Amino acid sequence: MSEIEGGGGGKKKGGKPHGKKLSTRVDFTPMVDLGFLLITFFMLTTSLNKPKTMELNMPVKEKPDDITAVKVSQTVTILLTGNNQVMYYFSDPVTLDPMTPQITDFSAGGIRPMLLRENKKRVPNIDSIQVYKDLYKVSRMTEVDMKANIARLKADVEGLIVIIKADDNAKFSNIVDILDEMLICNIGRYAIVDISDPEIELIKSSAASLKAAGTVNN
Amino acid sequence: MAKVKVPRKSTSVDMTAMTDVAFLLLTFFMLATQFKPDEPVQVITPASVAEIPLPDVDVMLITISNDNKVFFDLQGEHYKKTLLEKMGVKYSIVFTEDEKTKFSQMSSFGMPIAQLKQYINLSPEKRGSFPSAGIPCDSLQNELGDWVWQSRLTNNSFRVAIKGDRDVSYPTIKQVINTLQDKDVNRFNFITSMESAQ
Repeated sequence: MSEIEGGGGGKKKGGKPHGKKLSTRVDFTPMVDLGFLLITFFMLTTSLNKPKTMELNMPVKEKPDDITAVKVSQTVTILLTGNNQVMYYFSDPVTLDPMTPQITDFSAGGIRPMLLRENKKRVPNIDSIQVYKDLYKVSRMTEVDMKANIARLKADVEGLIVIIKADDNAKFSNIVDILDEMLICNIGRYAIVDISDPEIELIKSSAASLKAAGTVNN
Repeated sequence: MAKVKVPRKSTSVDMTAMTDVAFLLLTFFMLATQFKPDEPVQVITPASVAEIPLPDVDVMLITISNDNKVFFDLQGEHYKKTLLEKMGVKYSIVFTEDEKTKFSQMSSFGMPIAQLKQYINLSPEKRGSFPSAGIPCDSLQNELGDWVWQSRLTNNSFRVAIKGDRDVSYPTIKQVINTLQDKDVNRFNFITSMESAQ
């Protein structure tokens, strides 16, 4: 395919040795080959999507006089334990004892319906968040307005408060999963708290009773 | 009937346009590419629907491997130099200028500071096989806390990002978070991978 002719300047048979006109066309094929090879290399090595992060705010430590009192009736305690299982319970408003602990998991049919239901019970117009987001998508609402409205709904004083406690068998992915559920269910107020001994006992006893009944799935 | 003569056309195509496009793309990818820093451990981050991107600058990265070892990294070469100097003063270890430069070009490291000098002086190829024990962060000997605190003294606008493997056990996470809270870092980010909302 080479188009550069190795013209030796014509034959030297008398007359003026007039230089043969060389073609100026160069064969680009090897260069294109190389170009595409490099493109392939860079396409494969490049990572265009930045890592995503999840923000977490923890309370400032050691300020016992700074404790916020919350209504027992609006809090739900979620215990994370091994095997990707979660246990949640509401507390009795008078005795503060856990009422009917339930065991579930992180699947879409697991803890999410409960969180959505309980949050909606307390903040009836929580579904407007989706409406605001849709309005923003069709650009009938500014981003600032949307964020302000969502923040207002999430900060509702009557809203569900989630207390997250993990025992030593829990994994990092469980923490991220439950924080994810908070995002999905539009729960604005939640906290990660150290687990207490009665709760560890509760997990143990219910795990034992579940095993006895033979209903442990995982 | 006379035969219709089809003139023979040359099969060679002008490739200039294709070359142009190819090199344009090549330039784009060369500029857009960011080589992944070689990490001492492979970490599979948990998936989440969170969509906050990790900032480009001023990131303090705490990596936790699946065997619960803690690694530390700081962005910015000049900050790392100052940091190593400060840590050297604190633990009375003298680092030479050459060691500081090498340290500033390193990625995450995870070993007690007593072994750090030895690690820095290894060639980059040999660092991979160094038996990293993780940075101690328990209550007896909390070197991670010192790294975090000295970094904050170097530049207070650092964001703390925690990159944990999905199988890290909760007590380790709790220890790291407690360490951060002790050093007045109450806002931090977990690095997660993308997941489409179900």
